Amino acid sequence: MNELLLIVSIAGSRVALPAAAVESVVELEALIPVPRAPIHVAGLSALRSRVLTVIDCRRSLELGATVLDDGSLQEAAVVELDGHHYALTVDVVEDVVEALSEPAPIRAAMGDGWERVSKGMVETEEGPLLLVDIPAIIAGPATEARAA
Amino acid sequence: MDDLIADFVAECREMLEALGGEIVAWEANPDDRARLDSIFRFVHTVKGNCGFFDFPRLETLSHAAEDALADCRAGRRHPDGALVSAVLAVIDRIGEMIASIDAGDGVPEGDDSALIDALAPGAEGPAQQVAMPAAVDAASKASSTPRTIRLSVELLDRVMSGVSDMVLARNELARRLREAPDDVAVDGAFERLSGIIAEMRDAITRTRMQRIENLFVALPRMVRDLCTELGKQVLVDIDGGDVELDREMIEMIRDPLTHIIRNAVDHGIETPAERLKAGKREIGLLSVSARQSGNQILIEIADDGKGIEASKLVEKAVANGVIEREVASRLSRSEQLALIFEAGVSTAKEVTAISGRGVGMDVVRSNVERIGGLVELDSTPGKGTRMVLRVPLTLTIIPALTVSIGSQHFAIPRSAIEEIVRANGGSVTLERIGGAGVATIRGRRVPEVALADVLGLPSAMNDQERTLIVLRPAGGDVYALAVDRIHDHEELVVKPAAPAVMATGLYAGTTLADDGSPILLFDPAGLAQVGGVRLETLERGGHTADVPVAVNSNEIPVLLFRGLDGARRALRLGVVDRIEEVAADAIRPSAGRLRVQLGEAILPLAGVERPDELDGKVRVFRLNDGTHEIGYAFREVIDLMSIERDVIPADVPGAINGVTLIGGEPAELVDAHWLFAEHLGTAARPQTQLVCRLPEGDAWMQNMLRPIVEAAGYLVIGDGDELSADLTIVSHGEPVQSAQSGRVLRLATDPDQVNGQDSIYRYDRTGLLLAIKSASGGNR
Repeated sequence: MNELLLIVSIAGSRVALPAAAVESVVELEALIPVPRAPIHVAGLSALRSRVLTVIDCRRSLELGATVLDDGSLQEAAVVELDGHHYALTVDVVEDVVEALSEPAPIRAAMGDGWERVSKGMVETEEGPLLLVDIPAIIAGPATEARAA
Repeated sequence: MDDLIADFVAECREMLEALGGEIVAWEANPDDRARLDSIFRFVHTVKGNCGFFDFPRLETLSHAAEDALADCRAGRRHPDGALVSAVLAVIDRIGEMIASIDAGDGVPEGDDSALIDALAPGAEGPAQQVAMPAAVDAASKASSTPRTIRLSVELLDRVMSGVSDMVLARNELARRLREAPDDVAVDGAFERLSGIIAEMRDAITRTRMQRIENLFVALPRMVRDLCTELGKQVLVDIDGGDVELDREMIEMIRDPLTHIIRNAVDHGIETPAERLKAGKREIGLLSVSARQSGNQILIEIADDGKGIEASKLVEKAVANGVIEREVASRLSRSEQLALIFEAGVSTAKEVTAISGRGVGMDVVRSNVERIGGLVELDSTPGKGTRMVLRVPLTLTIIPALTVSIGSQHFAIPRSAIEEIVRANGGSVTLERIGGAGVATIRGRRVPEVALADVLGLPSAMNDQERTLIVLRPAGGDVYALAVDRIHDHEELVVKPAAPAVMATGLYAGTTLADDGSPILLFDPAGLAQVGGVRLETLERGGHTADVPVAVNSNEIPVLLFRGLDGARRALRLGVVDRIEEVAADAIRPSAGRLRVQLGEAILPLAGVERPDELDGKVRVFRLNDGTHEIGYAFREVIDLMSIERDVIPADVPGAINGVTLIGGEPAELVDAHWLFAEHLGTAARPQTQLVCRLPEGDAWMQNMLRPIVEAAGYLVIGDGDELSADLTIVSHGEPVQSAQSGRVLRLATDPDQVNGQDSIYRYDRTGLLLAIKSASGGNR
């Protein structure tokens, strides 16, 4: 059985998230900002009496910012990492597909942000997609800078 | 088979734990048959099971111990110290083996002949050394397992967090129901559900509770081993083992408690010889007790050892550069003692193997404060030391205060809050010194940070409109945090926040408020750090500034209340002593006017128009003009306000002075002077008795002088009493101890010493009586 992937688009690009890691897809309600938190932490939101830490994927990828407070509905993928729940903001959630290959390294040059969160390229029926490393996108650019 | 072994291990562990205290009790009283029996039962059980499981080494060992104990039981042998130590060593070895079986390693290889030989009559020595290293090890292993329920702790935590979620879901439902149109049936059902959930939360919280006994059972053994090592004799008195505490909390206080007890035995209690010389019993007493007080647990550790000499602490602290000598000289006694909690201060002359492990009382304090607790210390040189650990019942539910900046809410743990003051209040001034905020609160200067600045949030409020929260973070000193608004006290179920959020250092966790929105809980120490407040530069009473409290005539604090007749009235706060509630039958007309009985005193009562209409409880202000008291009956207190506008004077003199606007509405201002003048009349008698302070230790004063002073109408108190005295009598040349001494009279033993007006020869009876009388006369 091949791994299932959730196709989402972030900052205009179609990418894949490992579907097993995604608990649910939600529309974010009111956001409570976290002052002094890293810039890619958009704030906190409540989901069924749980606190979600909302990660702005555009900011995490250093590809601009997601507009979160204009009243429009914002879709997000809920994932769990080390016991904490995160909501990853995405432009749109498309579909679930089967991976047709193991992730393979991408040898072409990617943008900085994408390079950091890439787990490689997977083949799907929809064509090749970038597989996103969820811990890396949650960690955001700041950790990368420290590690370097 | 594996199941049977697991049961055997669990059973042995339970018995081992229970045995910890028994053995020591047995040693103290070897003839105690009940203790002997229970120890015998343990080795017997082990022996029986070993045969079944084929653990020959364990069997030989327990068999040898059983034989020795059986001899004691049969009276063939008297249990002496050597035998007790040998049995202890055997039990420790059994504990080790059981731990090893539990870990799946089976019984390790080894030689027990030394232990078995030590059990023989007349044997001595070697068993002791064998026992010691094993002892601590076994004790710590044994006590880390729960006692009665075998339940996966993980499962328990999951249930707990499920219930917490349920509480939050209920809160959200409650909010939705409030918004929806009323439906009695739904409300009723919800109420019931709500009640059940609350009950369940209580119950599940209790399942996480453990008796603090788990922590205490290991103590007698630990103290016994320490004593053997140090050549001291200590009797441990344990009380309150049935107090229950959160399982996690027990683990958190295990180390601090152990450390304090080690300290007490090592540095506190003296050797038997020293104790005898000091006139104490040879055996030191160490009492450890626990009790619950509200949602806190108090654990008290008291010893009757040599106590802590505050002056030595100060010297050490100065020598180690912890504080400046100049600051040190101004410290109060309790502040001096508190120095023991500073890093780098220890009174022990030499570092010993027991407590000098580089872990000081500073670590104890910070560990306790990290879990929201407090350590208090009191010590009398020569008499002993008493420490109290105050810890909250649970870790997960934190009482907090919600505040806001702009539109965003935050929570601050209650335990760190010292007081809350308004920035524009009369006793508070805010200043900027080199850009840094300094708040002066009743003469005390504390660093001030605006929460809006720390967080980088926009706030329309200026500094003067804000409210200051005086915070004392764990292990640090106070600072004031300016917030826009204060909301509510809430009990919050706090969960750790995501690492990226925790990394800011500002927050201790997140939670959901009753309205279902997430709230961040602040870490007060982190806030200070980010806000640039240096917590390590301790403000120890040093920086108090003598700022005269500004007397602003525009701001007279008044108590706004509703009188019995329903009128809005105000009384100047200064004359209100306190509020009391009395039964209506305590108010009755007597000796020509209405009077109220308040405790021992009978006071004239004002504010009542129709005494016959009183019933039930009546609330009464106790007004005080310094010497006399009267009562003033009222219906309810509205608020504490200040007079904003001019007072329009009343046309006729009477109980009402005038009318003014308070809180936007007119209120009558009660004329306190008129009340006193009217109700006291001329026949007033002082309610307060004159007080004279005499030195306690002076036999002459107590035996010869005291009757004369008492005959003159004084209440005689000693040096330690808190009352302020009208007259203080001391011997010539002695200093006056208390600040509240009133008039001071010095008595000379020799007529030639007499100098000045307040100095009298002590057998100059006429002069003495005159002086005593005149002191009282001046006060009337």
